[in-house]
Amino acid sequence: MQDTLALYFRLVSVCLRSKMQYRASFVLLSAGQFFSLALEFLAIWALFARFGSLKGWSLAEIGLFYGVTHGSFAVAEVIGRGFDTFSDMIKSGDFDRFLLRPRGTVLQVAGREFDGRLGRLAQSAVVFAWAIKSLPIAWDAGKVALLGAMFIGGVCLFYGLFVLQATMSFWTIETLEIMNAVTYGGTETGQYPLTIYKPWFRSIFTFVIPLACVNYLPAGLLFGHSAVSSMGTALLAISPVAGLLFLGLSLLSWQYGVKRYCSTGS
Amino acid sequence: MKSYLAILSARFRVLLQYRMAAAAGFGTQLFWGLIRMMIFQAFYDSSSAAQPISRADVVTYIWLGQALLGFLPWNLDSDIRAMVRNGTVAYELLRPVDLYGAWYMRALAQRTAPTILRAIPLLLVAGLFFGMRPPANAHDLVCWIVTTLGAIAFSCAFTTLMNVTLVVTVSGEGVARFMPPLVYTLSGMLIPISLLPAWLIPIVNILPFRALVDTPFRAYLGQLPDREFAFALAHQLVWTIVCVIAGRAMLTRSVRRMVIQGG
Repeated sequence: MQDTLALYFRLVSVCLRSKMQYRASFVLLSAGQFFSLALEFLAIWALFARFGSLKGWSLAEIGLFYGVTHGSFAVAEVIGRGFDTFSDMIKSGDFDRFLLRPRGTVLQVAGREFDGRLGRLAQSAVVFAWAIKSLPIAWDAGKVALLGAMFIGGVCLFYGLFVLQATMSFWTIETLEIMNAVTYGGTETGQYPLTIYKPWFRSIFTFVIPLACVNYLPAGLLFGHSAVSSMGTALLAISPVAGLLFLGLSLLSWQYGVKRYCSTGS
Repeated sequence: MKSYLAILSARFRVLLQYRMAAAAGFGTQLFWGLIRMMIFQAFYDSSSAAQPISRADVVTYIWLGQALLGFLPWNLDSDIRAMVRNGTVAYELLRPVDLYGAWYMRALAQRTAPTILRAIPLLLVAGLFFGMRPPANAHDLVCWIVTTLGAIAFSCAFTTLMNVTLVVTVSGEGVARFMPPLVYTLSGMLIPISLLPAWLIPIVNILPFRALVDTPFRAYLGQLPDREFAFALAHQLVWTIVCVIAGRAMLTRSVRRMVIQGG
């Protein structure tokens, strides 16, 4: 295990060093992402300026949703790049080489590429810090732990989605564009409390992709929103574990996909 | 003129080959449209104050935006980018047509072919199931078509200008990273311009990008009175001419100093 981790960090550091050879590209990529997301948050601010509130939720509360969702997505995006772009390996047949090496496929694919984009992380950190400062929450150890669990659960969930997307390409060869609807669409959805959506849509993002378990449900407990906290504290507090379970299931499906893998022969 | 039409129709047919991509794009854009629709409806339900654009019209606005997203000048032409990098752009200079005109035609095909392919099914589905409405009368329909043509003319002029910057900078990384969010926000695609803070609206109205989205969509919704319509059309035309002149000048200048790499 320790050996595996050491190897992973070695792969990551090689990737980072090669990225840093293109410094201007790295800076432009990060700055562009920051700029793009900052404009999107300004649009949310403009809507709040016009409409006052969003079904009883304030801009600061949305800011927390936004910060946690985009922050955890940003981390997953950076470390999960190897899975995100995995279909290229299937298309070119490069995955066959990985199968010949005396190491697990998850480790090799995870350490294959490391994304250097820090714009999303930086921008969501700014929004997150502002939200924490403006929210009237009495912070104690339990609440901080819950916030941490939301974040980690979110990273696991989004990472799991990237793994799932890679797994599907064993069969489809191409990356399915519709997966963008649940990854990037998931971040768009997670920016807002789930109550604002239609019931069928809420069910998808609670039971199929447990996004609600890592943001809306625990956040409701954090804010003490009556609509949510009536569901039971214990249940809400452990809900972020769903992100971990989702990642576990994704990795299982990955193992199954590897077993069924049939090279494209190119 | 004939050679331009030939370029246009050849590119158009190439781009129409990507039917699977269009099908995938359809599914994704439908999903996005639904998310955006629910978010806006939730905002409208939160306030009883009168808004410059009604709740029902915002739904139509969003679906039009999802369907016609591809009209926006949001990316560079990847072929031109590759040509500039590997030096085959030299062949472009040998062709017996005006280079700017040829690239404008490429842009026209790039903006229209894939968009039309996905817009038609998306508008149909949105109209049948998700509350998108047709124009209220023939007048609005005509105004919409005219302003949409203006939007496409401007969009292609701007796309060509962006492509021309490739010849100057080679990498095009800056343009590729910063233009899309700017265009997306200032055109009214992110949120309708009339919903922006009041102090910002006059600035956005002068800038060119509202010609792409806000102008034709407001015409569609019947929110463009005749005087404003004339002004909006002039706005589209002036910015198109500015972009064409700038693009042409930059291209002529950089071709004169161009160094072809490789050999």
